[in-house]
Amino acid sequence: MSDIAINKPVAMAGPRGKRPRPLFSPRNIMIYGTLFVAAAYYLLPLYVMVVTSLKGMPEIRLGNIFSPPMEITFEPWVKAWATACTGLNCDGLSRGFWNSVRITIPSVVVSIAIASVNGYALANWRFKGSELFFSILVVGAFIPYQVMIYPIVIVLREMGIYGTLTGLIIVHTIFGMPILTLLFRNYFASLPEELFKAARIDGAGFWAIYFQIMLPMALPIFVVAMILQVTGIWNDFLFGVVFTRPEYYPMTVQLNNIVNSVQGVKEYNVNMAATILTGAVPLIVYFVSGRLFVRGIAAGAVKG
Amino acid sequence: MNSSVSIKDLSLNFGAVSVLEHLDLEIRDGEFLVLLGSSGCGKSTLLNCIAGLLDISDGQIFIKGKNVTWEEPKDRGIGMVFQSYALYPQMTVEKNLSFGLKVAKLPQAEIDKRVARAAEILQIQPLLKRKPSELSGGQRQRVAIGRALVRDVDVFLFDEPLSNLDAKLRSELRVEIKRLHQSLKNTMIYVTHDQIEALTLADRIAVMKSGVIQQLADPMTIYNFPENRFVAGFIGSPSMNFFSGEIVDRDDHKFVRVNGVDFGLDAYPARSPLETGRKVVLGVRPEHVKVDEALAGGEFHDAVVDIEEPMGADNLLWLKLAGQTMSVRIAGNRRYAPGKPVKLSFDMSMASVFDAVTENRI
Repeated sequence: MSDIAINKPVAMAGPRGKRPRPLFSPRNIMIYGTLFVAAAYYLLPLYVMVVTSLKGMPEIRLGNIFSPPMEITFEPWVKAWATACTGLNCDGLSRGFWNSVRITIPSVVVSIAIASVNGYALANWRFKGSELFFSILVVGAFIPYQVMIYPIVIVLREMGIYGTLTGLIIVHTIFGMPILTLLFRNYFASLPEELFKAARIDGAGFWAIYFQIMLPMALPIFVVAMILQVTGIWNDFLFGVVFTRPEYYPMTVQLNNIVNSVQGVKEYNVNMAATILTGAVPLIVYFVSGRLFVRGIAAGAVKG
Repeated sequence: MNSSVSIKDLSLNFGAVSVLEHLDLEIRDGEFLVLLGSSGCGKSTLLNCIAGLLDISDGQIFIKGKNVTWEEPKDRGIGMVFQSYALYPQMTVEKNLSFGLKVAKLPQAEIDKRVARAAEILQIQPLLKRKPSELSGGQRQRVAIGRALVRDVDVFLFDEPLSNLDAKLRSELRVEIKRLHQSLKNTMIYVTHDQIEALTLADRIAVMKSGVIQQLADPMTIYNFPENRFVAGFIGSPSMNFFSGEIVDRDDHKFVRVNGVDFGLDAYPARSPLETGRKVVLGVRPEHVKVDEALAGGEFHDAVVDIEEPMGADNLLWLKLAGQTMSVRIAGNRRYAPGKPVKLSFDMSMASVFDAVTENRI
């Protein structure tokens, strides 16, 4: 009997090893077909915008919006950036671009700096009423912006910063606070509590723990916060138009003014170029940090 | 004996929930004290209170004679080791060890000296340049102990330090912690739910339940003379056998009568009078029963083998006696088939008798 165990087992007939999966199974056709349709649905408008922006006006009037340009011209892009007229100014989107940069960078930096410390304090340094404070902040995330616009206009006017970039930056910072604090608090709460205790025994205080222990571990959530804020603030239209004067209008407001201007011929190629230029910044941010974004969202959300 | 850590009338409540109530504990200088209990008994909470990581509601804590009740953790002269290691993930082992010293603004030469000493004691010199993620569980816990070591403190606090390790590493590191205590002679307070860790490491064990210390004594006393039924049932694996019965008087001798079977109490070291008619619980450990062997002055009880569990070194028999199932530990080479009738004799001098109502030792 024992020599059976010593002999090598003989291969039997029938299925063996990895199960075969045909490439064109109904399952694969369904999955890839759906993905293809969804991708086309989103990419087609972008394609139309790009080709239209590269055509001259005579070619556009022919009406073949899907055909590639016969003669590629970058003139609409130059015009959109440098000479398109909005109201009295004829210096294109460039003014709006730099305004948006001057609004976005300080707003993003300040709001993330404050929110990360808020979140850290709420997660680790529980104080009397910290839960209540946090609840109030979260409720803040659900209040529609429109309700608060008029009161804020009055507050800014009383402070003497209505219509300035500073005023708009403060508004953006405040409105970013609920969601960002929530994000950071949940992330810091997901880190092991014992780490914080160990640092306290090592004698580190509030700021030492924040900068030397927590901050280096929080890179993914900082990327998430940055992406949320950059795209949110860059794409903002309402606050830009309400809280600033025309010379400080952000890019989105200016784009609207260019596209919706009623005088003269509609220059579709310029409009398309202007729109792509305006959308370029959030697009680039997504492409550069998309992978970190997904990872950070997962890290923050799962262990809330 | 000087007292190293002394806890006086300590209470802690979270809102209406009281976790620790009027707790007193004196820990001697150089003593290894284990706080033992199941989860939620308040043992980790007590340790966090000693460390200063939790604000207490009432009472006082003294460390080395100094009242540290309101002191920050860093000023209490303690080092702490956590279950999850709690190493700073972005720092190398060396930075992990020196972080606290840097925060305390010690001179670099002193920091280097202390890190080198700790690394030597724990034999982690080759790991100093590595990140925690590149270490195994056992190595991580060694570094975590090192972090407490460099602080050069009087009292070490361990919060279930071995619970995240696998069985083999756990027993290795257990020996190492014991060796560390023997060479350093620091006071150590060690929280665990593992009775083996408690029995092997401790000078004294404090068994806790619902925020109250049930018994504080050396491991042998805890094991052999449990103060109440909870301690008796919590310590020991397999657990102590319990028989509910009442005390009877027969021919001027006291017995515990369980379902008509009488267990003589002549050899039992009773602390208080055994009044006839008192409802009691008799507890006997599996190794204090002999099978088919007579004990001096012992009586025999008839039992039947139910199940046999051979464990190598010894053999665990599950028997039916007086309508109850009980376990007996015998030598590994003695085998019994299920259904076999046997004669048991109980070593009543090592038994425990508890009051059925108060559950305290009589």
